[in-house]
Amino acid sequence: MAATLLDTVGEKLKAKFGEGIISSEQQYDFPVFTVSTHIIYDVLEYLKEDDEMGYTFLTTMCGLHYPSHTGKELGVMYQLHNMQKNLRIRLKTFFSINEPKVPTVTPLFPTANWMERQEYDFFGIIFTGHPNLKRILNMDEMVAFPMRKEFPLEDGTREDKDDKMFGR
Amino acid sequence: MSAKNNNTSAEVNEQEKEYTTLNLGPTHPATHGIFQNVLKMDGEVVIEGESTIGYIHRAFEKIAERRPYYQITILTDRMNYCSSPINNIGWLMTVEKLLKVEIPKRVQYLRVIIMELARISDHIICNSVIGVDTGAMTGFLYIFQLRENIYDIFEELCGARLTTNIGRIGGLERDFTPRAWELIDIFIKKFEPALKEFDSLLMRNRIFMDRTINCGPITAEKALGYGFTGPNLRAAGVDYDVRVINPYCSYEEFDFDIPVGTNGDTYDRFMVRDGEMWESLKIIKQAIEKVKKEPAGVFHADVPEFYLPPKEEVYNNMEALIYHFKIVMGEADVPVGEVYHAVEGGNGELGFYLISDGGRTPYRMHLRRPCFIYYQAYTDMIKGGMLSDAILTMSSMNVIAGELDA
Repeated sequence: MAATLLDTVGEKLKAKFGEGIISSEQQYDFPVFTVSTHIIYDVLEYLKEDDEMGYTFLTTMCGLHYPSHTGKELGVMYQLHNMQKNLRIRLKTFFSINEPKVPTVTPLFPTANWMERQEYDFFGIIFTGHPNLKRILNMDEMVAFPMRKEFPLEDGTREDKDDKMFGR
Repeated sequence: MSAKNNNTSAEVNEQEKEYTTLNLGPTHPATHGIFQNVLKMDGEVVIEGESTIGYIHRAFEKIAERRPYYQITILTDRMNYCSSPINNIGWLMTVEKLLKVEIPKRVQYLRVIIMELARISDHIICNSVIGVDTGAMTGFLYIFQLRENIYDIFEELCGARLTTNIGRIGGLERDFTPRAWELIDIFIKKFEPALKEFDSLLMRNRIFMDRTINCGPITAEKALGYGFTGPNLRAAGVDYDVRVINPYCSYEEFDFDIPVGTNGDTYDRFMVRDGEMWESLKIIKQAIEKVKKEPAGVFHADVPEFYLPPKEEVYNNMEALIYHFKIVMGEADVPVGEVYHAVEGGNGELGFYLISDGGRTPYRMHLRRPCFIYYQAYTDMIKGGMLSDAILTMSSMNVIAGELDA
């Protein structure tokens, strides 16, 4: 069932957006599609508005950071739900950390408003066109984007703790 | 500016309106938690508002990137602290899904009992507090004793009352004791008449109905747009329940209904939560019967790589010692992949998104906190209503600060 969902949605997206759909894979019970950043809004709009698709509910979204993927360090994950047929899919888009810009999806899903603010707050992803893009959980004076991998959770200057043997 | 009034033909002075800015919170006693809303008021009517959140933000998602999987359970305790066991078990099930661990049926039923007890305690708090905010303290005082009984059960099961850390990856840390079963029986016997009494105090109470009907309503379309889930969405008339649509823990074997409302107002939210308490009670009774049919004494799956061996084994047995060491130091092998698992929390779809790169800690963990997502609709819902309705709307939405800020 889930594997065919990967194929059916994948084929429709490929037919409509062609090269914009970079890859598709099955991760446990979710089909995952990686999409070019410049068409992410169009893809989400198609998935939401098209009668055959009907992915009208944005379950969640979150930022991702892979420092080793040069040129595609930052990313956003969207998770959509077709409540009538109970189908769930996940979309991802990756872009450079030097130009962390994604179009906002708040006009499509009002719930994305705070979710995007949260990801801006933690990853510094700029959602272009967002009505009120400012920090939400951290204080306004903060200058860093703390969920990026370069920020260590513990003080790097501590000498009383040796992590050589276990953990990272 | 002046204009002629046609009826009286007298000069009327139209002055420019002045609005009051009101700081509701962050520590206002009526908001039951740390919520700040800056409201623009016209007399007693709310014109618009802006929510400021993050006062108890603790960066769980960042902390989780440094912790082995079993140590993250205690972080989830502190999200929706009114129903911590649901959060704990939701997280454990996410890890079990990643590890592809099969959980024995008996453990699933025991978990169902724990989760439904937690749901009842969550709804007891929310519903009785709606009563308090409408001025009816009595119901609160009657029913809160029952929440105490639930916490006694949790104490017997895991040693803690509020932040429970109940369960382990692969099962539960210990079997239900005879005393725990006794306490559950006592609770069920006491809860039914108590909830009936509570219902009779508020449900058809004219004052309560006048106060709550049409207070902070939201339509189904808007609620879906704002990402509502759980009782708040069901109050608006959408029968979406993760327990039914994506069953976990064998919920598909249980016979229960999803209560739904029509208007999405405070009264409907109250009624939906009330109905859910009755349904939870039904589920607990069925689960107890099901547990009796399963082989006794099974309380965890057979996964020695992830489930801590008993202490006496560790001291006397080489394998057990190795496994104990590997688990505690986080050296157990975890598959690479990403999973999303959702449970029906007290407030809606509580989702855990987990990316594993095979290391001892998650590469990324994201929490879908239902409170955070639906609280953004709050200022929209109170617009045009009275200030006292705004307070009531907040308590009926059951916004928990710990889950909101994570």
